[in-house]
Amino acid sequence: MDFDLNTEQQMIRKEVRRFAEKEIAPVAMELDEKEAFSEALTRKMGEIGLFGMFASEDYDGQAMDYLSYIIAVEEVARVDGSQAATVAAGNSLGIGPLYYYGTEEQKQRYLPPLCRGEKLWGFGLTEPTAGSDAGGSKTTAVRDGDDWIINGSKIFITNAATEMTLGVTVQAVTGTRPSGKPEYTCFIVESGTKGFKAEEMHQKMMWRASNTATLYFDNVRVPKENILGKQGDGFHQMLQTLDGGRLSIAAMGLGGAQGAYELALKYARTREQFGQPISKFQAVAFKLADCATEIECGRNLLYKACAHRDLHRPFEKLSAMAKLYCSELMGRVTNHAIQIHGGYGLMKEYAVERFYRDQKLLDIGEGTSEVQRIVISRHIGC
Amino acid sequence: MNIIVLVKQVPDTESLLEVDTANATVNTQNVKWIINPYDEYAIEEALQIKEAKGAGSVTVVAVGPDRSEQALRTALAMGADTAVLVNDAAAEGSDALGIAKVLAGVIKEMPYDLVIAGVRAVDDDGYQVPAAVAEYLELPLVTAVIKQELGEGKITCHQLVEGGSLVVEAPLPMLFTAQKGLNEPRYASLPNIMKAKKKPLEKKRLADIGLDAALVGTGSAKVAISALALPPERKGGKMVTGDTPEALAAELVRLLKEEAEVL
Ligand SMILES: Cc1cc2nc3c(=O)[nH]c(=O)nc-3n(C[C@H](O)[C@H](O)[C@H](O)COP(=O)(O)OP(=O)(O)OC[C@H]3O[C@@H](n4cnc5c(N)ncnc54)[C@H](O)[C@@H]3O)c2cc1C
Repeated sequence: MDFDLNTEQQMIRKEVRRFAEKEIAPVAMELDEKEAFSEALTRKMGEIGLFGMFASEDYDGQAMDYLSYIIAVEEVARVDGSQAATVAAGNSLGIGPLYYYGTEEQKQRYLPPLCRGEKLWGFGLTEPTAGSDAGGSKTTAVRDGDDWIINGSKIFITNAATEMTLGVTVQAVTGTRPSGKPEYTCFIVESGTKGFKAEEMHQKMMWRASNTATLYFDNVRVPKENILGKQGDGFHQMLQTLDGGRLSIAAMGLGGAQGAYELALKYARTREQFGQPISKFQAVAFKLADCATEIECGRNLLYKACAHRDLHRPFEKLSAMAKLYCSELMGRVTNHAIQIHGGYGLMKEYAVERFYRDQKLLDIGEGTSEVQRIVISRHIGC
Repeated sequence: MNIIVLVKQVPDTESLLEVDTANATVNTQNVKWIINPYDEYAIEEALQIKEAKGAGSVTVVAVGPDRSEQALRTALAMGADTAVLVNDAAAEGSDALGIAKVLAGVIKEMPYDLVIAGVRAVDDDGYQVPAAVAEYLELPLVTAVIKQELGEGKITCHQLVEGGSLVVEAPLPMLFTAQKGLNEPRYASLPNIMKAKKKPLEKKRLADIGLDAALVGTGSAKVAISALALPPERKGGKMVTGDTPEALAAELVRLLKEEAEVL
């Protein structure tokens, strides 16, 4: 078995790492501190091709395999969680549903500026009263002639309230299925549509430089051409989107773990106590050895899940496993990393402090750890 | 305007280098390989010239083993149009002159107006290959260029010299070497990495360029490395003690004279 990445994948890792270290690392702390989304940095990420990575060239995408995309997210997350969130949500949640389920006309209209990183797109599934239970959506869309009228609200929607947001995909209840269950349909709502408001959420503990929004729909009228794909496909589209999206959350866990581990190793080799570098104390060295081992496990699991996706094999179980493992992995690694930094690790001046905070979302977003365990246990026949 | 850029793949200076003292060489198993940073300036300058002219081509050329292909792919991803790799076991162990013979052999067969190289390679630090290539091709040579202006059939180069710069003019075709400060090399963007997959990368052997294998390789090398060692580890500093500034100064002077023997 050959675990080597191909030439392009290696180059992508190298270039994204270089970019992240040079362009993101120097501003990450300040943006976190100010809780500021940076349009300028997002555009720069667009220029080197961090959006539209798996979309085809017909829509100005990069036509890369899924593993290459995941490696790119991993490398951004190695330096900063917020920017990785902008990239991962931009690709998996913004571009993904439009690319996979959109009509040709919708793709031509929206994808090119998104793939060039000039515009962003939100994905609205979560509601104030429907989180893990996405089937509990209360947002509705009612047909009126050739239009649909949307009412309701969404919460925690990434990339949805920036100056460069072009629109959002929202899931709404459009009727009842013969089975008695609600019928869901996804709609495209462009920014600026009458009755649609996106409001930035503040005071986040993590991903402070990523844009998170509450969406309000007050009799928002959209033409029937704004249905994503077909009426009634909404729930399925959202679930499939999350299967892929989970791989990008896993990539953020893996990259964040790698970044925190590297910082801790570097610190342990230079910090001296009792006349020697603390990395020489077994209690510290073993923590780092555990981190290195678990990161290796996480990477192999995540890349295997991506390989399955690239080979068009079922990957839902592996995707849930990778998301669960890599998110929690980063939790353990950032915890060790702070411990190794001692008191300094609790100060904002040291990046591990930010990594520690940014990690927590990964146990929650795109399906909580509990939900991943539910998915996995169903797959193994419990 | 057809431009040729010489590219060498070198160990990343951030990798941990292990010296193989017995064979007077460096262990390369664990080394990460990158494009020689000075060659990146050369590639960037070639791309900028091509873009300014709106026409022409940039060809990157390397001599080395299979792994060198990655350096060339990176150059293609930065924007070079074509690449040539000379990979021949007979060329292994060549000294600077040997490598220059191979490079000159490849370049001779191609149309070109300008050849650009890095001022030095960060591994061997020999500064010799570009000069020897210029000699074999009978081209004017300007080293350590930090700025250039192309004119009609000629080029004006600002050459970095101790304490200032020298402005030198040369007719085309010519060869110049890129010094830090010439430009800011671009990233190989992700779309360009994917596009580079489809760009031509030609592999050649010595026979393909009509070069006699006996003229290159270990056998014909004029220099041989007899020993290789890491720089000695820095010893800890010494604190000078004394009660008054006069006593401190006197003790310092004594130490500089007697222990360090520098005065
Ligand atoms: C910064 C940020 C960005 C986000 N971006 C987006 C976005 O772009 N688009 C989007 O649609 N959503 C987004 N979300 C929402 C996110 O996906 C939800 O927060 C997540 O799905 C969990 O839902 P909830 O917060 O309502 O928690 P709840 O579902 O209320 O869960 C609360 C707790 O109960 C547990 N629980 C719930 N059900 C079960 C069960 N059946 N068995 C066992 N335990 C259970 C959960 O595991 C959790 O521990 C984002 C969230 C954040 C914080």
